Amino acid sequence: MKKFLSLALALTCAVSLLAGCQKSGGDQPSGGSSAASNPPAASNTEVTGAVATDGSTSMEKVIGALGESFMGANKGITVTYNPTGSGSGIQAVSEGRCDIGLSSRALKDEEKASGLKETVVALDGIAIIVSPENPVSDLDVETIAKIYTGEITNWKDLGGSDAEIVLIGREAGSGTRDGFESITGTKDACKYRQELTSTGDVITTVSQNPDAIGYASLAAVSDKVKTLTVGGVTPTEDTVKDGSYVIQRPFVLVTKDGAQLSDAAQLFFDYATSADAADIISKAGAVPVA
Amino acid sequence: MRETSAENMVQVGADAVFCGLEKQARGNDSRMSTGAAKKNLLETVIHGIFLILGLITVACVLLITVYLVLSGLPAIGKIGLTKFLFGKTWASTAAQPAFGILPFILTSVYGTAGAIAVGVPIGFLTAIYLAKMAPAGIKAVVGGAVSLLAGIPSVVYGLVGMLVLVPGIRKLFHMPDGASLLAAIVVLAVMILPSIIKVSVTALEAVPKEYEDASLALGATPVETWFRVSVPAAKSGIAASVVLGVGRAIGEAMAVMMVSGNVANMPSLFESVCFLTTAVAKEMSYSSGLQRQALFSIALVLFLFIMLINAVLNFFLKRDKEG
Amino acid sequence: MKNVSARRRTYGLAMKSLMLLAAGVTCALVVFMVVYVLYKGVPNITWQLLSTSPSYLSDTIGILPDILNTLYIVIYTLFLVLPLGVGAAIYLTEYAANRKLVGIIEYAAETLSGIPSIIYGLVGMLFFCEFLGMQTSLQAGAFTLVIMNLPTIMRTTQESLKTVPQSYREGAFGLGAGKWRVIRTVVLPNSVDGILTGCILAVGRILGESAALLFTAGFAHAVNNYFVGLHRPGATLTVALYVYAKEQGEFEVAFAIAAILMALALIINLAAGLVGWYFKRRKEL
Repeated sequence: MKKFLSLALALTCAVSLLAGCQKSGGDQPSGGSSAASNPPAASNTEVTGAVATDGSTSMEKVIGALGESFMGANKGITVTYNPTGSGSGIQAVSEGRCDIGLSSRALKDEEKASGLKETVVALDGIAIIVSPENPVSDLDVETIAKIYTGEITNWKDLGGSDAEIVLIGREAGSGTRDGFESITGTKDACKYRQELTSTGDVITTVSQNPDAIGYASLAAVSDKVKTLTVGGVTPTEDTVKDGSYVIQRPFVLVTKDGAQLSDAAQLFFDYATSADAADIISKAGAVPVA
Repeated sequence: MRETSAENMVQVGADAVFCGLEKQARGNDSRMSTGAAKKNLLETVIHGIFLILGLITVACVLLITVYLVLSGLPAIGKIGLTKFLFGKTWASTAAQPAFGILPFILTSVYGTAGAIAVGVPIGFLTAIYLAKMAPAGIKAVVGGAVSLLAGIPSVVYGLVGMLVLVPGIRKLFHMPDGASLLAAIVVLAVMILPSIIKVSVTALEAVPKEYEDASLALGATPVETWFRVSVPAAKSGIAASVVLGVGRAIGEAMAVMMVSGNVANMPSLFESVCFLTTAVAKEMSYSSGLQRQALFSIALVLFLFIMLINAVLNFFLKRDKEG
Repeated sequence: MKNVSARRRTYGLAMKSLMLLAAGVTCALVVFMVVYVLYKGVPNITWQLLSTSPSYLSDTIGILPDILNTLYIVIYTLFLVLPLGVGAAIYLTEYAANRKLVGIIEYAAETLSGIPSIIYGLVGMLFFCEFLGMQTSLQAGAFTLVIMNLPTIMRTTQESLKTVPQSYREGAFGLGAGKWRVIRTVVLPNSVDGILTGCILAVGRILGESAALLFTAGFAHAVNNYFVGLHRPGATLTVALYVYAKEQGEFEVAFAIAAILMALALIINLAAGLVGWYFKRRKEL
């Protein structure tokens, strides 16, 4: 018993030592020396702490990039991100479980009334995606609405192959789903085959099924899938910015109205909404508004 | 060597006990009482500590039950018990929310039943093979393989299911989409195989050899002996393994979430479905208000289901044991 | 076996082939899982993957934080569950006189082991994260895992305590030792093998757990030292696998993590077997 106890204690101490050593080397981004080209102007090494962000999965790349470059210049602060969905992020910030909530839709009136404040940090297009094997390449908003409400069920009606359309969408709390459904006018009327919990999942599922159609954040889309043009307009940073690509929504930082953010969180908030962050945001695929 | 020192200890101890008894017979020495009292205090304190540690399990069960009941009852009260349990539509975020969980209950029941229907025959036959027919070398290897299967995390099963099973079902059955109840049943069956096999093998090996020898002596073939004598003798153990399998299948969330589509439909083999467990996991993080309380109610229903199944099956097992 | 009718012979043959088929299917499944995961995963295990954190700026993925989080949670959980589980088992075998109380405690332990992990995650979130104020953290996850693994440790410790011969205890009592001293010096050292096996089994269960940790420990990928890390959210390997596979579609990373977990499962099995074999040999000496 004594031997076991002393062994266990020794092991714990050893690991703590090891882990303590890790900390000094662990905060550096792995190879990102070139990417941190715009360090925040007021880099502050006296403030320490943690900033907990929680919410939209579409904002992952943007928040991740912002957080990383911010941490690169502010060694004492750690920014963490929890990908749980826009609805969950708004919930978390109002319950005080995180510092800044992330939402990929504008706040609803009842949410604003309950004491939450929104700050738009970027605009993001919602890409309509299909499998690369699908011959269809352009749809307009009304057709998309008809597909998702189940009026059009076969690709052959749209010029594609004779196959049933598989509707992929997001879960009910998703900001992306909210944006998509409000712009196409299909709120509560979509007949999904699968309701997935993140943007990345939608992209994966659509890429694996030649008859699937889905919607995902433009910032996250890769060449695993084919992006459709909507009404002839290709979604790019410019078309989202000038509004000609209609299916879009804001990326919003949600904070509690009237409550003071912690020093670390306030610094990060100011950085994310400053002009310095614009470059990082566009590299991550969204459209900066600053 | 350990044994001999123990024997020595027992001898010394016996002598000491007799000495002590003699001393007691002569009357207690007053010098010993303070030392003994201190030792008694320590002993009582330690006894108390262990008692508390022992009661912690009971405390945990009470905690879990109380929390589930407290968080689950309000929503059931607001929605109405029959509408909740037997309502066919689950639309928790619609403008007119509906909170019927019958699709989830039925999906969990069918999914578990399907997994048992596929997994128990395979597991049962493999167990008999391992316990009775396999030569020692093969038994060790296959036994090791089964243990490995038991140790694989459920997310790995989900990953393989997502990338192999779902497209496979889609291509094999010419479905538009492979994420379905069938995929979940296959994954669950594979996951409960190790539990069924391990417990059944233990039960079969515990059958007294005399039963089998008697059967063989009476002229039965080995195969007949296994199925007509050993299996009935190991009935309670095999039933216990099925109970274990049912418990695991009904409680599985992660692997099933990755292969079954997660739309709240009434269950049908090739449709996208949602289990009781995945319903909770899917909506928990962003729910609020009545929706969130409804999710706790689903968890309460799941908990009660499992308690009920365990109680019923254990009742039948006990009856068999005595019968 | 001369007078076996043709019908009985066919029955025997049919059942034997069914049994072989079933065993074959089981083996094929295991072989397929292991080979597929290793084949898809091992090529993706690079030093960079194992030793860096994920970086959005340079678009790389590293699982170092997940490995560390898993290690921290395993250590912290074992640290808590061992005294609790061993203590409860000692109470049940050495101290408890009341049969009903023993029955209640054992029934409670059995109930705990049957509860699905998602319910543990839910109650853990409600009780540890919200009520006790631990927020989403490795600590809350560890406490949840403690309750989950309590029955395992209790059961294995109980069984190994029962194998200590009563004569050992009686000898020590006869020498005048108090109960606690007997347990400390005679009973426990002789049941170390069971306790160790229980530990190894618990580690295996903790490594594979994901549903209970989703709501209690979160998904963060930050590298912290042990004491800081316990109070921060962190993804363990299994949760990271789920996130990378389902939410980001990074299948190479997911398979690499799956291969690591598969290798760990193998090592745990071997370790448990070795411990059992080693202590059996020592007892037979």
